[in-house]
Amino acid sequence: MADPVVEIRKLWTIFQSGDTKSVVHKELDLTVERGEVLSLVGGSGTGKTVLLRQMLGLETPTQGEITVLGKPAAELGKRGAARRVGMLFQHGALFSAFTVLENIAFPLRELRTLPGELSRDAAMVKLQMVGLGPEVADKMPSDLSGGMIKRVALARALIMDPPLLLLDEPTSGLDPESADGFCTLLRSLHKDMALTVVMVTHDLDTLFELSTRIAVLAEQKVIINDVPEKVVAFSHPFIQAFFLGERGQRAMALLKHSPGPN
Amino acid sequence: MEDAIPRIELQDTPDGRVVAVRGAWTAADMTSKPAWDALTAQLQSLRRQDHAVRWNLAAMGKLDYLGAQVLWNHWGRHWPTQLQIEPSQRAMLETVAKFTASPPKAAPSDWTEPIALLGRRALGLVDHAKGLVRMVGQLLLDILRLARHPQEGPWRDFSGHLYHIGATALPITALVGFLIGVVLAYLTSQQLRKFGADAFIVNILGISLIRELGPVLAAILIAGRSGSAITAQIGVMRVTEELDAMRVMGIARGFRLVLPRALALALVMPLISLWTTLAALLGGMLAADISMDVTPSFFIQSLPAAVKVANLTLATGKSIVFGLLIALVACHYGLRVEPNTESLGQGTTASVVTSITVVILVDALFAVLFKNVGI
Repeated sequence: MADPVVEIRKLWTIFQSGDTKSVVHKELDLTVERGEVLSLVGGSGTGKTVLLRQMLGLETPTQGEITVLGKPAAELGKRGAARRVGMLFQHGALFSAFTVLENIAFPLRELRTLPGELSRDAAMVKLQMVGLGPEVADKMPSDLSGGMIKRVALARALIMDPPLLLLDEPTSGLDPESADGFCTLLRSLHKDMALTVVMVTHDLDTLFELSTRIAVLAEQKVIINDVPEKVVAFSHPFIQAFFLGERGQRAMALLKHSPGPN
Repeated sequence: MEDAIPRIELQDTPDGRVVAVRGAWTAADMTSKPAWDALTAQLQSLRRQDHAVRWNLAAMGKLDYLGAQVLWNHWGRHWPTQLQIEPSQRAMLETVAKFTASPPKAAPSDWTEPIALLGRRALGLVDHAKGLVRMVGQLLLDILRLARHPQEGPWRDFSGHLYHIGATALPITALVGFLIGVVLAYLTSQQLRKFGADAFIVNILGISLIRELGPVLAAILIAGRSGSAITAQIGVMRVTEELDAMRVMGIARGFRLVLPRALALALVMPLISLWTTLAALLGGMLAADISMDVTPSFFIQSLPAAVKVANLTLATGKSIVFGLLIALVACHYGLRVEPNTESLGQGTTASVVTSITVVILVDALFAVLFKNVGI
């Protein structure tokens, strides 16, 4: 337990619009250990995506410190960030001017040390590792379905085999079948590539399918960060409503079958 | 860290030569320029030697997919005959071996391609012309509908567009007009002085600015400023499916989107054109005063005699046509945008280029048709 990938200490996030201040995070602490799949859950407006963006250094917290892989998160946006962290954005964020293969190979190409052929080969391998066929390589992002966009974006996030992968709503906008397929893919990649994963999700199926730990955001902080079984048993009005409602009951059935931490 | 550097070591053992792979063969450690150059040099020199070597991967630090790819490509995409390897590394290399494939080749080019391209261009042009004709027809129908039921008209949109296209364009058009007036007056004054025809500066500036430059300058500025904005607005509505939402609600987009913009531009354009002309005349008048001692009072007194009223009518008529054309071209391209961001950018560029070209073409047409009017 001495090897945290993400460490957040005494984090404050305050959004100011005009005269009204809204405190999103207050003295928030969170630690993500190596090899975990940590899901952030919470009601809307509890700052899950904001927290994810802060881990990436895309937003600066009002106060407090975030350390990612031993370095301050603010330094992440620098050259070579792709070899430390991969991010799957909610809508894929593929570059619309590039083909699929160029999109995946882009972080490698931008290093300007590797020969183009090697970047292409590596991109082809990643493209097929996310379950797409080689014939997709020449397509433009606008010709892809939602599920394919997510897969290509995942391949791009993983092109440099980063140790940490962040996912923002990985299965939103996918039909149940593709969502299941995507979960299976994420699980096998997590195992094969020894990834640490932090994700934000509202989808209870995904949540129980993948998470080894769940962190619940409420009352401006992380109220509990533990294995799914313990989180569900924790007594808090939000957790009761979120997990033990009708939808929750259905998804909970999964928990009994899923292998849990793997 | 010494051990992280990816490298190979040659070891001579009783069973023959062994290539020991050492260090971290990962994207993070291999891709720095020195490390990569050193590694490729080592692999190159190894390739020149005999091929039947034994590989030992058991002692290497870390391997990831990029490192596995480098090894696999170096092996010529075959397994080496003798290989010592950990199971996890073998799994990774097997994945790479399974998925390494050449990207699909582009279809070979064909001699018919240029002809087909020409044909596609021509058809595209016909398509644009059709769309524009349809839009003009729809606009006429919408104007009739408005005339029958004026209270149903999109008047709030209309007044909003008046403000955004007209009022906010006043400073920039005035500045550009003023400077063009100054430049024109200075340049012509040099020539006129040679002939001692100083007083004709009023005629030259009057005719050229009022009849020609004022309307065209204003139209080009508005085409660049508001034409692009209109295309982008409508194009974004396409990208965000707002146009589809309107259609589902049964709201005619011609009546709600095209009509108010076209009417606003038709009303604003002559006013902006007049404003630009006035600013240009002011600039010309000041420059004439400074460079040729043609006093402003003389300038103003002789202007009505030099420029007939017909010129002003012509300029106003032209401006109305310019305004309508800019609005129609901008809406046409906006509605043709496909629901992706790239198409949005292309549409906006095409809209500005087309509307400026159309303005200049139509201006030339006016110049030919009305060559006997007002001069």
